[in-house]
Amino acid sequence: MTPIVVRAGFAAVVALWASAVTLRSFGAPHGPGEDGTAPVAPRLLSETGLFLADGTTIDPKNRAYVPQYPLWSDGAKKRRWIRLPEGSTIDTTNVDRWEFPIGTRFWKEFAFDGRRVETRFLWKAQQGRWVFASYAWNDAQTEAVRAPDAGVANVAEVAPGKRHSIPGVADCRSCHDSGRTEILGFDALQLSSDRDPNAIHGEPIEPGMVTVRTLVEERRVAPARTAWLTAPPRIQAPDPLTRTALGYLSTNCGSCHNPSSSIASLGLFLKHQASAECNAALATSVCRTGHWVVPTAPDGESKIINPGHPELSALVVRVRSRRPASQMPPIGSVVVDREAVDVLTAWIGGRAIMSECERDRSATSASPSRASTRSSGSTGTSLVVR
Amino acid sequence: MKNIRFATVSLAYSAIALSAIALTGMIAVAAVPAASNQSAPAAAASTAKVERGKYLVNIMGCHDCHTPLKMGANGPEFDMSRALTGHPQDLKMPPAPALPAGPWAWMGAITNTAFNGPWGTSFTMNLTPDKETGLGDWTEEQFIATMRTGKHQGKGRPVLPPMPFFNLGHLTDGDISSLFAYLRSLPPTHNRIPQPIDPPEARQ
Repeated sequence: MTPIVVRAGFAAVVALWASAVTLRSFGAPHGPGEDGTAPVAPRLLSETGLFLADGTTIDPKNRAYVPQYPLWSDGAKKRRWIRLPEGSTIDTTNVDRWEFPIGTRFWKEFAFDGRRVETRFLWKAQQGRWVFASYAWNDAQTEAVRAPDAGVANVAEVAPGKRHSIPGVADCRSCHDSGRTEILGFDALQLSSDRDPNAIHGEPIEPGMVTVRTLVEERRVAPARTAWLTAPPRIQAPDPLTRTALGYLSTNCGSCHNPSSSIASLGLFLKHQASAECNAALATSVCRTGHWVVPTAPDGESKIINPGHPELSALVVRVRSRRPASQMPPIGSVVVDREAVDVLTAWIGGRAIMSECERDRSATSASPSRASTRSSGSTGTSLVVR
Repeated sequence: MKNIRFATVSLAYSAIALSAIALTGMIAVAAVPAASNQSAPAAAASTAKVERGKYLVNIMGCHDCHTPLKMGANGPEFDMSRALTGHPQDLKMPPAPALPAGPWAWMGAITNTAFNGPWGTSFTMNLTPDKETGLGDWTEEQFIATMRTGKHQGKGRPVLPPMPFFNLGHLTDGDISSLFAYLRSLPPTHNRIPQPIDPPEARQ
């Protein structure tokens, strides 16, 4: 084999390992859609419809929004917009998986230290086909150019020795899970006007932003969902801390760990499901043993969530890690979310979740049939978590 | 960080690996069970797919790391009683010795199933269809996604060195599907491999 020159340290080795396949996976962009080939995103961000003709003013047809439980992106300052085609509606028949009209466009801008670094673009070009693209901002901050499908590594320093990378399309799709949950951060819970005041890194709703209220009032959802005006969606939790923790997990873990994901067989469901009868996040994590065990835990004591013992809870240990074998989420972040670690540690170490475990144990011992159901997860698959 | 030259195989490892590769062609693999509830053409297609997967497994060197080596009269040889079962669960690896500064960057177990380097310690996976410890609960979609993305089950942690997924990723979907079909045809073997270990400075 040919020796490979890499930077010392595991990160470079793993990055090299990963980049080799990312570069290969998607190759050259496809041709334009007119000739029957797959549609592609424009070369320049200014050609996507985000701005007015001056190239700097956001087109007022693009409506800003802010999810109540933001995704941690190493402290990036984000702005987000959606454009729905004129007169169109979002099909919310499945309340947990909205169907957007053809032509819908989303943008999300990432800035570090006051400088725009990248803007991600999702465009529903055809039925069942979303186009993914990331645009890298130039040094003058005047334009952004579509990044290669493999992404661009190390575009901005986000902490000493840590740099943000523009993800490749393969990485985008590993969370957006094409064909299942393409749009993240724009759903009933995230746009609810019943905001969690303790949401980690929560941002206020600014005037003019899209919420479930504006969507209903402007008749942009079908069915009409007028109930959201009087009873906005929220996580039903026994206490505020649990609500906040579950909201964070729903956003930062739930895009992969949900019942319709390609890894649903793992049996860990952290995505908030408005349609669910019970809280799957608690049912599939509290007192559950995963395949990944906390290295320092005594035999049998490592749980996904071990109530009262954050140090024995794989969830906390992995959220706190930024090393390849243990980091969660596995992509999209190189800096630990300290605020989240603190909240999750307090939540798991607190009394509320301990009572959840006791409730679960008593229910399990009282009802063997329920025990069977709980251990198999809501999709009937074995509870295997890696 | 200073740059270093990262040799993908040490001399000792090369000797083992070359011996292993030389033996690859002599591997006897598990018999393929016949599909019982398929039409004749479908069964033939299924058998052909499994045979294709077997061929690929053999020529691509999957056994090199996923079948433990044992010492024989003529040096290291595959332990075919453990074919494709990954790192033996009864082989507890002590902490890897620290390497001095210099061009040596990684090391491997005598079985060629455990490796240590800048990424930490990795163990080769049990590729048999055991539900608890192997590929038994994997879907074909997850298997293909792993080869395509270099991520565990297409979404999780990085597939760690020395797994050459970037080579396998060049296979067609059909060939990866054949690989999966062959692996699923193997007798399931319960062999729980250790989870990868972060490098020492990362343990928390």
